[in-house]
Amino acid sequence: MIHMAETKVNESEKPRIGVFVCSCGSNIGGFVDVPSVADYAKTLPDVVYATQNMYTCAEDGLSNIREAIRKHNLNRVIVASCTPRTHAPLFQATCESAGLNKYLFTFVNIREHCSWVHMKEKDLATKKSKDLIRMGVARARLLKPQEEAKVEVEPVGLVIGGGVSGMTAAASLADMGFPVHLVEREGDLGGFVKILNNLYVTEKSAAETIKPLIEKVTAHKNITLHLNSSVKSVEGFIGNYEVGIAPKGGEEKKYKVGTIVVATGALEFVPEGLYGYNQYPNVVTLTEFEILCRKKTLPKLKSVAFIQCVGSRGQKMSYCSRICCNVAIKNAINIADNYEDMLGVMEKQGTLVDKIPVEKKATEEILERRRRRRGRGTEGEGDAEEVKLGPSEKIEVTVFNRDVMAYGVEHELTYNKAREKRVKFNRYTLDHLPKVFMEDNQLKVTYFHETLKLERTMPVDMVVLSTPLVAQPDAGDLSKMLKVPLGQEGFFLEAHVKLRPVDFATDGIYVAGTCKGPADITEAVTQGAAAASRAATPMAKGYVQAEALSSVVDETKCTGCGTCIEVCPYGALRKNEKGIAEVIVAACKGCGCCGATCPEGAITMTNYTDAQLLAEAKAALQEEV
Amino acid sequence: MAEASQAQWEPKIIGFLCNWCSYAGADLCGVSRYQYPTNVRAVRVMCSTRISPHLVLDILKAGADGVLLGGCHIGDCHYISGNYYTEKRVRLMKRLLEESGVEPERLRLEWVSASEGEKFSKIVTDFTEQVRKLGPSKVKKDEKLRSRVAAADDASETFRLKALVGRELNLVNKGNVYNNKLDPAELDRIIDSATEEEFERSLILELSMSKPRSVKELGEIMEVPTDKVLRHIVALRQKNMIAMEHPEGFTPTYKTIVIGGEQ
Ligand SMILES: Cc1cc2nc3c(=O)[nH]c(=O)nc-3n(C[C@H](O)[C@H](O)[C@H](O)COP(=O)(O)OP(=O)(O)OC[C@H]3O[C@@H](n4cnc5c(N)ncnc54)[C@H](O)[C@@H]3O)c2cc1C
Ligand code: SF4
Ligand code: SF4
Ligand code: SF4
Ligand code: FES
Repeated sequence: MIHMAETKVNESEKPRIGVFVCSCGSNIGGFVDVPSVADYAKTLPDVVYATQNMYTCAEDGLSNIREAIRKHNLNRVIVASCTPRTHAPLFQATCESAGLNKYLFTFVNIREHCSWVHMKEKDLATKKSKDLIRMGVARARLLKPQEEAKVEVEPVGLVIGGGVSGMTAAASLADMGFPVHLVEREGDLGGFVKILNNLYVTEKSAAETIKPLIEKVTAHKNITLHLNSSVKSVEGFIGNYEVGIAPKGGEEKKYKVGTIVVATGALEFVPEGLYGYNQYPNVVTLTEFEILCRKKTLPKLKSVAFIQCVGSRGQKMSYCSRICCNVAIKNAINIADNYEDMLGVMEKQGTLVDKIPVEKKATEEILERRRRRRGRGTEGEGDAEEVKLGPSEKIEVTVFNRDVMAYGVEHELTYNKAREKRVKFNRYTLDHLPKVFMEDNQLKVTYFHETLKLERTMPVDMVVLSTPLVAQPDAGDLSKMLKVPLGQEGFFLEAHVKLRPVDFATDGIYVAGTCKGPADITEAVTQGAAAASRAATPMAKGYVQAEALSSVVDETKCTGCGTCIEVCPYGALRKNEKGIAEVIVAACKGCGCCGATCPEGAITMTNYTDAQLLAEAKAALQEEV
Repeated sequence: MAEASQAQWEPKIIGFLCNWCSYAGADLCGVSRYQYPTNVRAVRVMCSTRISPHLVLDILKAGADGVLLGGCHIGDCHYISGNYYTEKRVRLMKRLLEESGVEPERLRLEWVSASEGEKFSKIVTDFTEQVRKLGPSKVKKDEKLRSRVAAADDASETFRLKALVGRELNLVNKGNVYNNKLDPAELDRIIDSATEEEFERSLILELSMSKPRSVKELGEIMEVPTDKVLRHIVALRQKNMIAMEHPEGFTPTYKTIVIGGEQ
């Protein structure tokens, strides 16, 4: 549903332009002759008022704009200052508060694009500032007031992914009173956490920790659970999405939702071909190690080596996975403390063969996981020799690391605790990677002792490889369906790392948890709650106002060739009953692709017409008069 | 205004920068205080895909010494696929500039992300130098060149070239109505030959606008064989775009039909 918002439009025959040139303290004033620029502005066509401000964005600068609009009956306002990317909304709001349609405002950037990049050429920078203002005036003269379309928002949420972040988002939205569809492709909720043993910092069981959340989500009257299901199609735009959800092998059903939260998580990197993984028995990933511990199926061990940053920080992935140091420390403490607890039941009775390959000893869960991640079956690689070990014997734990990233208050304490328990932290560098090999039926690690400057070899019973979290291999499908971007590493990319961490650039779609990069549970939950509150905002308001930045089809020129429909990335164009192209204003993002494409020249862009762009550009070619 | 002498001449470069990456990169360049020459005047557009060949060719026709287009890196366009089209259009623009006789090096397309402030300063510095070496635009002084650029501009607005470039990505990725996927190189060849043809036809229309011209005369001005000119004229007459006028003796002349008094 679209209807036009009531905005006061101040349309008068002849442009009356006001120009406000900002000094930004000395940011502009120090490198550009601001008074002469303001004087010059007065000489330009249709400029009836020009002035300079010390800080245009400060209250007296803003009230100066408001007063001048009233006093000089301005119907166009130009501010020459910093960048529209940060300050346009402020000045536009100021214009509106003085009764001037915000689309009659023009921004001229003389700071980022001038004073700050020409700091040693005051004359040339001053000349350029004048040129830029002349261009702004040329544009301003051709501007037209615009009305913004108001779009109703369906107050129903969709959350994709039933891990901790998705469950948190769904529960928050549901608590606020919005019906929520929660789609999880597996048979249970919980995501990655459900395979973990215990959780760092609290040391509580992972299953126990998330049980209340799972129960809440399952029982919530506002949440519709779609387990074993996935999203098959997404049409529409903020407030008005139609999504198709289908259970595995079942039929797709359509639902109307207003906002979408993506919380599809991540997987651990499979270190195929690294450090003897899948080559020697008892070389496992950190994830597999957690499964062994949780299932209480550890083989007897006397010495365990963790190798950190396997595949991360510039080896396969560029990034630091952020959680693995703390996870390794957690597990190191676990085995130092509760090793006996996690032994296989048979081992406790002292009757079973030790050090048989993990593939054989491990539970079906690990086997199944390896098969799934690799897409083929696996068998263990020969049996290792029997070694008798008393379960009570002290266990030696070594963590080979490049740096220990135990950030923050708690992790540093945990790190210290591990050291007290005599967990050894051995540093390695990229020049001297540790090597894992098998000799005389004994797993061994060779490493370079950084202090002694010597190569050392130690026998170990198990090697645990800390591999990074990596993007879901099929994240691209969802990215295409939702038209939201992935970053270089395949994780979902937020609108702004600092300022909009749980938004996508596309309105109405939000993101939380490890699907946007490595995070621990605390962070995933925080993001889930944050994404829910961002998604709730337009739903609580009930409508969104679309910026008047869209394409306009001239019905008299359009021949219905359909090229524009082909190129629009948002499906914002369709043919009407007359076979002529028609814009869905609320879906159009104003990119201008259709306009540049239409072979009949039938499409123009509001506020970015050819005439406006050409006038602005050509004004630069004139000489200063 | 007196002609600026070659020594004090400074290149005038128009930059079209997309809001989300290249304009933001230019902003960051400022924030980080990377210095660059003062020759570029930036015009902000939402996406580089907004820049139709007409905008660029018209500005070069107006005497700009260079045009810099800035977009997001491929794959990073804020509007998902906008810059794929930019790339295709720039290819067409360069082909048309070649036809017209304006150095294609006066046009440059660069991808600059919001975090590449320093890169922006390097690009501007480098491009300004490049344009400086090419010297001032000759379009204003050279009437013949001006009509050729005008013809390039007109050609870029023809249905054929616009539809070809607009459909190019789909033809290559999804196939045509017969489900034949076109080989990109083959499509480039099709576009190139269409470009040449549309340019020559536009140039005939451009030259025959102010006065009727004979095939021989057109061939000489355009430096195109007369049989080719004649073929174009036949096609243009079929489309009712050019009319035969007062055949004097045996040499007919042709005059462009101006619809609704445009141009
Ligand atoms: C070995 C290891 C140990 C860890 N230990 C700790 C710890 O001690 N403490 C701690 O705080 N953190 C720990 N973590 C991190 C923790 O696992 C993550 O922070 C957490 O799982 C992130 O939750 P999430 O909801 O974002 O993603 P996930 O838990 O990955 O959940 C995502 C869910 O989305 C589903 N999904 C994926 N794609 C789709 C789709 N297309 N459609 C529908 N559903 C989909 C998945 O099936 C999954 O259920 C550990 C991680 C690892 C690898
Ligand atoms: S408006 Fe921009 S340039 Fe002016 S004082 Fe404020 S920040 Fe500085
Ligand atoms: S591309 Fe132009 S002519 Fe073709 S359908 Fe779209 S608006 Fe109409
Ligand atoms: S401007 Fe962009 S988003 Fe809007 S209809 Fe045209 S192509 Fe689609
Ligand atoms: S938004 Fe930058 S190229 Fe499209």
